[in-house]
Amino acid sequence: MTEHLLSLALTGSGGAGVMTVGQILLDAAAHAGWYGLMRRSLGPQIRGGESAALMRFGSRPILSHGDTFDVLFAFDWGNITRFAAELPLRSDSVVLYDPDAGEVPEVIARSNARCVAVPLTATVKSEPGLRANMIGLGLAAHILRLTPADLQPLLADFLGDKGEEALALSLRGIELGAGLADALPASTWPVCPRPAKSEKPRWSITGNEAAGLGAVKGGVRFVAAYPITPSTEILEWLAPNLARLGGQLVQAEDELASINMLVGASYGGVPSLTATSGPGLSLMIEGLGMSVGAEIPVTVIDVQRGGPSTGIPTKSEQSDFNIAVYGLHGDAPHIVVAATSIPDCMPTVQWAVSAAEAAQCPAIVLSDQNMGQSRAIIDPPAEGGPVAARRLAAPEDGTPYLRYALTNDGVSPMAVPGIAGGEYTADGLAHNERGTPSTQAADHQSQLDKRQRKLETLDCANFWAELEGDGPIAVIALGSLTEPAREAVRAANGAARLIGLRVVLPLQAEAMAKALAGATKVLVVEQNHSAQFHHFLRGHYDLPPVVDSLHRAGPLPLRPLEILAAINALKGDA
Amino acid sequence: MNEVTPTPELEAFDYKSDVNPVWCPGCGDYAVLSAITKALAELRLARENVAVISGIGCSSRIPAYTSVYGFHGIHGRALPIAQGLKLARPDVTVLCAGGDGDGFSIGGNHFMHACRRNIDLTYIVMDNTVYGMTKGQASPTTEADWRESKLTPEGPGVPPFQPLDIALAAGASHVVRAFSGRVQMLTKYIVEAIQHPGFSFIQVISPCVTYRPEMRALKTRVHDGFAETSTNRLEARRRLLDDDGYSLGVLFKSVEPSYKPCATSDEAVADLERQFVL
Ligand SMILES: Cc1ncc(C[n+]2csc(CCOP(=O)(O)OP(=O)(O)O)c2C)c(N)n1
Ligand code: SF4
Repeated sequence: MTEHLLSLALTGSGGAGVMTVGQILLDAAAHAGWYGLMRRSLGPQIRGGESAALMRFGSRPILSHGDTFDVLFAFDWGNITRFAAELPLRSDSVVLYDPDAGEVPEVIARSNARCVAVPLTATVKSEPGLRANMIGLGLAAHILRLTPADLQPLLADFLGDKGEEALALSLRGIELGAGLADALPASTWPVCPRPAKSEKPRWSITGNEAAGLGAVKGGVRFVAAYPITPSTEILEWLAPNLARLGGQLVQAEDELASINMLVGASYGGVPSLTATSGPGLSLMIEGLGMSVGAEIPVTVIDVQRGGPSTGIPTKSEQSDFNIAVYGLHGDAPHIVVAATSIPDCMPTVQWAVSAAEAAQCPAIVLSDQNMGQSRAIIDPPAEGGPVAARRLAAPEDGTPYLRYALTNDGVSPMAVPGIAGGEYTADGLAHNERGTPSTQAADHQSQLDKRQRKLETLDCANFWAELEGDGPIAVIALGSLTEPAREAVRAANGAARLIGLRVVLPLQAEAMAKALAGATKVLVVEQNHSAQFHHFLRGHYDLPPVVDSLHRAGPLPLRPLEILAAINALKGDA
Repeated sequence: MNEVTPTPELEAFDYKSDVNPVWCPGCGDYAVLSAITKALAELRLARENVAVISGIGCSSRIPAYTSVYGFHGIHGRALPIAQGLKLARPDVTVLCAGGDGDGFSIGGNHFMHACRRNIDLTYIVMDNTVYGMTKGQASPTTEADWRESKLTPEGPGVPPFQPLDIALAAGASHVVRAFSGRVQMLTKYIVEAIQHPGFSFIQVISPCVTYRPEMRALKTRVHDGFAETSTNRLEARRRLLDDDGYSLGVLFKSVEPSYKPCATSDEAVADLERQFVL
């Protein structure tokens, strides 16, 4: 069966409502049988300002953005120069624009794409009460061969209680928009036949929502957090949904409070999690060290944005890799996992929570703005795999309870308040088996060893990475770049294989050696300025002799063709 | 405080652990430990249902010297740990303890917000007007002209933090000042604070005999200035205007709404997944 893919960018300034158009279009397309993806690119304005809905539709599941846009539909040109770089076009792309909003700017025109004027403003003015975004929606829908009838059932939901008249006006706008599309020659449009309708129900979910769902699936019932872009939607999803499960979310005074509240709640036996971004993770580092030393499990999701400092809050980067891996002071073994796609945020967070509980240590989950704030139409995701629950203590009369007992796998059964005979003082000071502070070398050494052992014995099974293909060039991709890398690997026709590393810590020496068997070269793909992941892999793994790094700071995402070009360049190198 | 399940008769001694305190002989904190264990015995609380949470400092060493559950956390974060525990486990009686540096300097922001939230726990600050653990630097409650620290040879030069006033302004619902030299009185205050259904704050003047030896003389300076308890926040704040810092007693007490998480229900995770199905 031929597969059809279509990339569409909708741009406009704040008032234009392109996000709403994108959202309705994605839903309608999903109902019609399309898989899809919608990324949001926003300017720095608090409200309004320029915004773009960057969409891709496919007749098969798609989790990666494409290389270029087939269609750019500009509702207006407000501040287009600020994000033209995020809108690569080809000479056979189509640019739809409103002539009343001005001529096609040079940054767009230089692509030599075909520019087609659509009289948006003129149509708005043709009848009273019309809105440009609904006319645009009717027109954009046509690109996917969707009709007003496909859009109508969704409108009522979006308009909420705005009333009959608003609904009628919106429908009228959609019809006029569809009419504008019909008036253009059929050759204007890319070939994009409607796919077959899906038999099985699909989901519409963002990476941040999937992360929230993964948290509750992992057993989280306590969340304390301080809002920060682009992670806030995880918290907004969790607040009401945790309550439905009998759990709770507390808005803390800052990230220092939130991480320490988690430690308190988890010390009480309740699995706990927070979500943040780079600046917040920085504030939590001391608390995470305590979670290591006192052996209290907590999970922190870092939805990465451009850094350092306040950086680019609304745009994606993968530059918190180093702080997540190396940021804790002292020798502090902990878990770091990277979600590989929008739906993968669910099983990855679920797995991280249960791994933290099993190993009684902190887990950091790396996500990024690119997938956190993107919405996808997906098949329901697979579960996060079985990991043991927290091992609780059952102290016996007569034998003193040793909270930090030196066990074979390093995991010491944990007492929580309410368990008689288990009374102990959790401590971040170096301590002996009982928990009593100790400055003795032997105690320090044996407790460090045991905490390391917990991670060495943690079973990561098949969960450690996404693998595909067996070509000689191994593409090791980080987080949201796994899916673009997968497209590149597929396009490389057997020359490459994909390793989307999910479990960053603990190290997966054996599994990695197996996955690399027969590979002669490695390409490391990541979104940051200093190739942090590349240096990590070189430092900790035996890699084949030729290793290349494809890395770039945010916010421009690495695209499949760039990755393919890097694969081909490596292929050429003898 | 939570329902008391009658436990076998325990003496104050039974609430002490066998760990030897690191404190200097004569440190005020011994008496605070004693008062806490006496209060727990008086309330007949089962050891497994009580937790003492602290930060870092000499005074913050206190949890390990008790035989209940404890947490010796990190500097300044005792209150968030204690609040997290209490919210997650409302069945546990939570005490939080530490120093003036821990609570008012590095943890000052948490102090204000804990007062506001009014979660049912008891916060005991052993105020020795100095950083004992790090060997004698000025704390937020140190006098502006105290010149004994190499770090601030001219004195800290800033007016001292006013713990009771700030607690009142921030919304604490039970505000007390005590002195470690009066153990019986302190025990009574701790009992009342644990029984109070909200955030109770007890500033305990607890001499550091090593870095503030002049504090030994305080036993003659403290007085029962707060013998009467006010239930009016404004009036309580007014009484602080001519407070010399050595008035002891329950300054303020009122029953006020405590922080409540959203109303909860008991659906299953599968119910939540439905919202994503197209
Ligand atoms: C983040 C951090 N900063 C600094 C310290 C060093 N430190 C330990 S205790 C302390 C001050 C203790 O003073 P206080 O809280 O008044 O308690 P005291 O020792 O006087 O009882 C400091 C600064 C630390 N442990 N952690
Ligand atoms: S230094 Fe001061 S506060 Fe610390 S134990 Fe000694 S007397 Fe007590």
